[in-house]
Parts: sequence; C-alpha cells; structure tokens
Amino acid sequence: MKHLLSIADLSAQEIRAVLDTAVSMHEVQRRDVKKLPTLRGRTIINFFFEDSTRTRSSFEIAGKWMSADTINLTGKGTAISKGESLRDTVLTIDAMGVDMIIVRHPASGAPRQIAEWVDCSVVNAGDGTHEHPSQALLDAYTLRAALGDLAGRHVAIVGDLTHSRVLRSNLLCLRALGAQITLVAPPTLMPSGIDSWSTADGFATSYDLDAVLPTVDAVMMLRVQRERMSGGYFPTAKEYAVTYGLTARRLALLPEHAVIAHPGPMNRGLEISAEAADAARSIVLDQVSAGVAVRMSILYHLLAGEGNDQ
Amino acid sequence: MSSAHDAGPGREVLTSDDISRALRRIAHEILEGNRGAQDLVLLGIPTRGAHLARRLGDALRQVEDVEVPVGSLDVTMYRDDLRHQPTRAVEPTHIPPPGVDGKVVVLVDDVLYSGRTVRSALDALADLGRPRAVRLAVLVDRGHRELPVRADYVGKNLPTSHSERVMVRLAESDDGDEGVRIAAPPAQEGTP
Repeated sequence: MKHLLSIADLSAQEIRAVLDTAVSMHEVQRRDVKKLPTLRGRTIINFFFEDSTRTRSSFEIAGKWMSADTINLTGKGTAISKGESLRDTVLTIDAMGVDMIIVRHPASGAPRQIAEWVDCSVVNAGDGTHEHPSQALLDAYTLRAALGDLAGRHVAIVGDLTHSRVLRSNLLCLRALGAQITLVAPPTLMPSGIDSWSTADGFATSYDLDAVLPTVDAVMMLRVQRERMSGGYFPTAKEYAVTYGLTARRLALLPEHAVIAHPGPMNRGLEISAEAADAARSIVLDQVSAGVAVRMSILYHLLAGEGNDQ
Repeated sequence: MSSAHDAGPGREVLTSDDISRALRRIAHEILEGNRGAQDLVLLGIPTRGAHLARRLGDALRQVEDVEVPVGSLDVTMYRDDLRHQPTRAVEPTHIPPPGVDGKVVVLVDDVLYSGRTVRSALDALADLGRPRAVRLAVLVDRGHRELPVRADYVGKNLPTSHSERVMVRLAESDDGDEGVRIAAPPAQEGTP
C-alpha cells in the first residue's frame, strides 16, 4: 500500500490487516507514554481544504504518537489564495521532501489527482461526496469491537446518503468484511442510480426505517449535510426527525444487542435524538477513540515498510 | 513426542523433550538468580517468544508453586529494519496488571542472533515503565551478535554460520509440530 485513496483499492485481507494493527495501536493509546519511534524522521502534511475537527486532529495525533513530524496546512493562508493552482501547491510541498500528504478537498477525486502528480504517499481524508476511507476503517474497527466478526451481520446506514462520502467508503468496507447492508433514506436523499448499484454490489435499500430497525445488528446514522444542500430535500427539519431520525421511540425497535453508530459531527434532534446518542448502546465515542488508533495503523501500513520507500 | 517423524529440511538439534528440559532448567536458574519468584514478570516477544514465556511460567509454577505474571511485548514498532522489509504484521502487547515498574522483567525469545530484536525490546520496555532489572532468556543462542547484547539464560548454544537457518517450531504456532532444526541456506537468512 502506498496511497489510501479509496476503500475500493484495498483487498479484504488488507482491510483486516489495518484493523488488526489498530488493535495494538489502541493499546498504546492507553499507556502513560504515548509515543512510538516507528516513523522517526518522516514528515506528514495535513492539507485540509475543508473544516474538520476529528479527522484532522486524529491524523495529527496519530502522526505525533508515531514520532513523525506533522504540519497542518489549510486552503486559506496558503499560496492557493494568491491564485496558485492545486497542482503547483502540492508539487511545491512534494519538492520539500515530505513523505505523506493527507488531503481533504471539496472536489471528489482531488486526492487521486494529487497522487498522480506527486511522489509521496497520499491519504484521502474526505473528498467531496466521494469517499472517506479512514472513517470507514475506524467505523468497521468499532463495529468489529462491539459485535465481533462482521460476516453476516446486518448494518443499516440511514440518512443523507446523497451527500455522504462516509456512505460510499463504509458500504465498500463493510461489504468487503461480509456484512449485510440496508440503506435507508427518503427518496430525495437516495443517490441516483441506486437500484443498479445495489443490484451490482448486493445490498438492500428501504424508505421505511421502522421496518428495518428490528432486524439490524448495528444502525449507522449519517449526518444531514445542510452545508451541501440547496434546500428542497425534505419539507422541515422536524418532519425529517420524525420520519428518519433515530428518536427515543425508535430506540425500542432495535434488538437488545444492536449498537448505534454515528461518524459525527451529530445534529442532535435532527438525525439522532439525545436519547439515542447518549444511550448505553451508542458507540459514537468509541468511534472517536478508535479514530487515532486506526489512523496510526494506516500510517504504519503506508509508511513503515520497505515497499513504501520513495 | 514429535521427534519420531523427521519432517522438514536440515538437522534436528532440539527435540520437543529437549525444549521442555531446557525450559525446566531455565526456570530453576531464574529462581536461583532471583532468590525466589518475588517481583518477577515474564514478557515473551511474539510470536514464539510469547509461547515460550507461557511455558516458562508453567515451569516456574511446577518448580516452586508460584504464580509469575506472564505477558507479551511486541517490538515491531521499535525495530530498526522496518524500512528494509515488507510491512510486518503487528502482534499484541499484553503487560500483566502490576506493570513493569520496579519489577525484574525476564524477556523471553526463541532465537538470539544479531541482538537487534532485544535492543528493540529494551526500547519498548522503557516506554512502558522502569523495571528494576531486565534479564534475557532464549531457547537458542546462535551467535553472530551485531550489538553488545548477551542472554542471561540460554536453552542451547548453537554455533552456526551466517548462511545457515535456525528454525524453531512450537506446538502452539506450528500445527503441533515441535523442535529446533538447523538447515543450510536457501533464499533467506534465519528468523531471529
């Protein structure tokens, strides 16, 4: 593995290897001295063209705990605001001798384009409405920790599917691990062409959350991305919350063992109620906690071995 | 036990029974050197070192009827050769609850060769706490040290040439097969 651009580039075996290493990295997270020498002398640039709390900070913490030098750049405050092209900017960074660029960009496909330009490793930390592979890996890690092997497990992914890069990565990742998936959303938020997609990739879709919930092992609520919406997807927030939100009433429909996940940030009262977010079966904070361990594992698999030397 | 069937290449230098005897002797030596079992912690280096540490823990129980904490210490993240090899799988580290501060830690590995694994283990240990003393127990010492490292407890000193391979097989990790064999070189060097 040199780049992490899409879950589709990974074999099931590679996904499992990343998750297994993350178990060991999670142990490091509980130590007093959270420092490994593994990536000493490596330089990682976090290049974020969109806002982020957990992804950027957890990639930065992961790099620092493994002794890499990490530097943060944003779209603002770089030469891009003076009119430099993305290509020239990343070539400049690459020419400084960095080992990895972790990029978040509003344009789908930007990380793959960057990977073609530069010599260093590139990690996709979220591109437009395309993919967010590190999130999918940490979601799979957290679900596996809660449920055991995911083969044959039923996971419902609910909410704003059209705008969700988390959905695409999660779908690929969970399918690779053998989970059964049902996507639930109002018709306006189902991605177009979902029928041919679902047939090809072997997952189900539904408009009826109440009917799906009793059969799941996990339900993953996706954020309603109001910043990407120009309106018209649903009449009111209240109506969305009643028809597709994980309300206190719907909590009772879940099987005893089922867990609740949300990649964050949460819109409490919209797609997820406070009762659900704070329930004992909610693994939302476990997902955040796993974020650093899984990203350490990603850095390890991309940067540590010989095949990854430039 | 398994020495009857002569599977695999090379010459058998330790049988399953030899391994058991060596571990029993090492258990006696550890107790003698430490004047009992107080403050002892056994940490095996995965994978086979971890199995040997567990067996050594069993041997200590048989010899002196004491329960010595046994754990495993993965050193992958501390290796100095990561960039010269394909990405290695990371094995679990498990430190028994009392920790290592003030303890006498006995590191356990299958083969002592260049000494680089042990150096990595000492670095890993330093990140976990400050043991009162660190000892090293190995099943086989095959020589060719590249660092100033020596073992305190050795199952068998095995003079080898650089090009030979030493293969340790333990029932826990090698489908029930067990024994130490030494073989002339094919493609790769031994498995330190």
